[in-house]
This record gives sequence, C-alpha cells and structure tokens, in this order.
Amino acid sequence: MSWTELWTEYFPLLWPTLVAIAFILACVPVVGLYATFVERKIAAAVQDRLGPNRVGPFGLFQAVADGIKIFLKEQIIPSHVHWFFYMLAPCISLMTAMFALCFMPFGPVPTEYKAGFRMIVMPGLDSALLLMFAVSSLSVYGIILGGWASNNKYSIYGAIRSCAQFISYEIPLGMSVLGVIVVAGSMNIETIVDSQQSIDGISNWNIWWQPLALIIFFTSALAETNRLPFDLAECEQELVGGFHTEYGGIKFVLFFLAEYTHVVTISFMTILLFFGGWHFPGLSGPVDASWQAIVIRLIVLLTKVGAVVVLIMLLRWALPRFRFDQLMGLTWKGLIPLAMLNLIAVAVVSTVHLPKWTMAIVSLVLLIGAGQWSASQLQARLRRSNVLKAI
Amino acid sequence: MTATKVSSKNPKKKVEWAEDPKIGFAEAIYLPAIAAGLATALKHVFFKKRLTAQYPEVEPEIPPNYRGVHRLNRDEEGRVKCVACYMCQTACPAKCIEIIAAPAPLDDPKWANRDKYPATFTIDELRCIYCGMCEEACPVDAIELTSLYDLTGLSREELIFDKEKLLSVFDETSATGKDPVRTLRGKLGPASEQSTTASNSPPPPGGGRHG
Repeated sequence: MSWTELWTEYFPLLWPTLVAIAFILACVPVVGLYATFVERKIAAAVQDRLGPNRVGPFGLFQAVADGIKIFLKEQIIPSHVHWFFYMLAPCISLMTAMFALCFMPFGPVPTEYKAGFRMIVMPGLDSALLLMFAVSSLSVYGIILGGWASNNKYSIYGAIRSCAQFISYEIPLGMSVLGVIVVAGSMNIETIVDSQQSIDGISNWNIWWQPLALIIFFTSALAETNRLPFDLAECEQELVGGFHTEYGGIKFVLFFLAEYTHVVTISFMTILLFFGGWHFPGLSGPVDASWQAIVIRLIVLLTKVGAVVVLIMLLRWALPRFRFDQLMGLTWKGLIPLAMLNLIAVAVVSTVHLPKWTMAIVSLVLLIGAGQWSASQLQARLRRSNVLKAI
Repeated sequence: MTATKVSSKNPKKKVEWAEDPKIGFAEAIYLPAIAAGLATALKHVFFKKRLTAQYPEVEPEIPPNYRGVHRLNRDEEGRVKCVACYMCQTACPAKCIEIIAAPAPLDDPKWANRDKYPATFTIDELRCIYCGMCEEACPVDAIELTSLYDLTGLSREELIFDKEKLLSVFDETSATGKDPVRTLRGKLGPASEQSTTASNSPPPPGGGRHG
C-alpha cells in the first residue's frame, strides 16, 4: 500500500477526530474563562451586587482581561517546592479533565456509524463511560502531587482531604451510573442517550425512572469537582488556599481551568445520562436528518447543560460547606448503601422484566425509607444525649 | 432552642439547656433544605435590589454633616474670615495646620476693621485625620470641613493645601450649594467683632455658633 492510498483511506477517518480535538482544545480555555465570568456574575447576583461590569458591555470582556492578566503574570516558583512535580501537577489536572471530554458528545451524535464529522472526539466507543470515569478520577493525582510538591502543610492537608474525598465519592458515582447502564444495556454514551428517546421526547428520560440515581450521581459528581459544598481541599478559612496555596499565575489557572472543565463535564454527563441529552418534546426523527435538526438539538443540549452549570454555581451560594466527618458520613453511610440498593433494585426490575414505572417507585421508596431510617437513628441519638443531660 | 429546667443538684438554680432541633424525615434527606437554600439564592437573584454603587458615574449621596476636605470661609467682603488666632492649629491632634499670622494691612481700607489675618494658612490633607476639632475650635467659623470626599492627588506636595487653595474650596462649595450644615457663612463670629462699646459688653445674640 502506497502513502497515497494510506492517505486516501485513513484521512476520512482522521480528519473528523482532529477537528473535534481542535474544537475542544480551543473551547476549554474560553469556556473556562467565561465560566469564571458567569460564576462571578451569579455570585454577585446572589449577594445583591452587580459583578464585573467595567470591561466591555456588561463586563463581557472581563474574561479576556483576566486571561491577558494571567498570561502576562510573572512565573514564580517558590524555592522550597519539588520543582518537577510542582510543575507537573497542574498539567495532570488539566490534562485529565480535558481527556474526559473526548468521550463526551458535545452535540447531537447519531448512534450508527457514518463517515464525516461528528460532534465527539471518539464516536461509537463501547466503553466510553467506563473510560471517562477512569480518566476523570485520575485528576486527583494532580491535586495530590500539587499538594505534596508544594512542601507546605496546608497544601498537603488539602491534598489529603481531596484524596480521601475522591476515593469515597468514586464509589457512589460509579454505582449510580451502573443503574443507567443496566437499563440502557450499553456503556456507549450515544446509545444511552438514544435509549431515552420516546415519541413525546420527555417521558423516557432516566430522571423519571431513576430519580435516586440522579441525586446520588449529581452529589458525588459535585464532590468530584471539588466545589462547594464539597471544597474541603481548598477551604480558605482553614487551609489558606489548600492544595494551590503555592501556585500562582498560569499554573494556578490550569488548576482552575481543570475545575471548570470538570463542572462542564459533569453537567454534560448529568444531561446525557439522566435528562435525555439532545431529546426534547417536539423533536423527532433521526438526529442528523438536516442541518436544522442538528442545530436545534445542539441548542437544546447546550441549554440544558448551561442550566446545570448555573445550578451548580447557585448551589455554591445556597449551601454551607460540609464538615469533613459529615462529608465522609454522607458518602459512606448515605450514598454508598443507597447506590448499592438502587443498583440491586434496578437489576432486579430489569432481569424479571417488570414494567419500567416499578423502577421509579422502588427508587422513591428507597429514598423515603433511607430518610425515615436516618431520621429515626438521629432521633434515637438525640434521646440518648438528652437522657445523659438529664442526669 | 432553649428550655428552662431545674437542676437536680441545686433546685433554686435555673439552668438553660440548649436543645438540638428536632430532626425529622425532611431534615434527614437534606433535599428540602437544599431547595430552601436555592430558593433563598434565587430570591436574591430575582427580587432583591442591587446595592452596588456605580461610583464614578453615579456619585454617592454624602450626608451634609460629612467631614471631608477643609475650606477657609470668606466674609461678606470676600476677605478670609480667619483671624489667625491659632486655635485650630493648637487643637489639631494631627498637627497638620500651619498658620503664620500677620497684622492686617493698615493702609488698605478693606481691612480697616481687622487686627490680624493669616499671611499663610496651610493644611496637610494627607496628615489630617478629619476629626473636625479645628472647626469646633474656631471662634469665627472660618475653617470648616466640607462634604467633598474624593480628594486625590499625584504627589504629596499637591495635597498640602495653602490659603488660596482652601479659599477656592470655599468658593467652589458655596457656589455649588454644598455648604456644610454647620456653616454660619457671611457673618463674622463674635470673637472677631471689634468691640465698639465697652469691652465687657456681651457678644451679639445669635452670632456665635453655640449661641
């Protein structure tokens, strides 16, 4: 086979991937900077302020100004750090965060293979979800390395907390998604989205059948992003800056691009796995019938994702930070048993071919049961302590 | 929540026990609390007034008794009201006022009814703590703190205000109607009035700022 033949044979397979990679590489910094802007605006709105409004109309160029400022900052490397790992840590953080994006469709993608561009870096990958969780959980290495290489007690505290948190929350995260995988019968994200299709476009979303799995998934995913109320790795009041205390300038920004990339990733995953992806009432027919169909579905998908991103940013101002024992208690005593029971229930319902609505009922029963049981336990503990006080 | 109980050891002593809030189903599953938190956040986003002051475009409303940049008042004839008595310089806790007194020019009919006047009057605005003791000390209400708050300069020297500058602050504030509420502009205070009759005559009624 000559070079020309190789080229003509493989280039049609190669260029869509390259274009998708280039798109993601271009988008991540822009989305990250604008996510910062949106976050600041939302924070301001919640606190009755106006937020950045000086640079450009409505402060829209604030993100650009921030970017320029950060890129022009002096690169300071403290003398007491382990140079190699110190430099490596932010790279690992961002790299793993961006790697997770390549399994994620950022637009409507048909399940069947077709030549040409598709809005995903790796289309039709049958182990996409597995790989995605494997890769995104690697991002904890960035934090641990950063904390350790900084040679600073606050940094290492933050890193250790983050490590424990990641390990704990990986479990319910994976198990809650397993329920979705069982129902869809595939780990291929396009297939999972496709399995949520129905004639009315909304009734088959996984949220209706597995609300408990959604709650568990969203909570654990939020913990994975290291954001409030789970940001113990970097809580300013206790740990100065946590794992990124010694980082500044572009290295610091790499950590934060990674965080915002994670936020975008989990928003996409929430939508793709539980809210029907690009399906919406009124949209029917094949995904890529015409360019209008693609654009409308793209808008639907991005709107849904944007709503989740905004929700995550609002949650930051709605909830106080967990204490560390509460954080660990939540996952080990709450989410993991619930996720396990949920998985068993979904597996039983799927195996004996019960109607789908039983799954929703089981899900709700589990949630209510857990709440009641937990309340009774807490009340019993209160009674005991009151008895002790009375003596 | 608190409950008053009687201690078993000392029945006369009332003990306040802090009791834990009741934990029921709603509290145990967190979700209602999360919804309530989000509702609070959204209430602020949509229904609360933005409190941000758009400073350079919209100037804040400064209360009229604000203590900002000083001014040296003029009397009805446009002369500096100050009689160079050094009261403000003595009262100043920051020692930012420096006065050099001179006898009023005898040949000038404009100054005929004045004994003394300040040849120089400088205030270091950077040293000043804006306590207002100078205007309290002043017997003739010559020095006053205005409501001008945005005092900036490019050098330290620029912010050492001399007599002309302080008088120009008076011209500016009285022209724009930003007189301090404490002002008694125009009329000289009792101490500056030359006694025309007996030296023990009381000051004219209503003339003094405390009168």
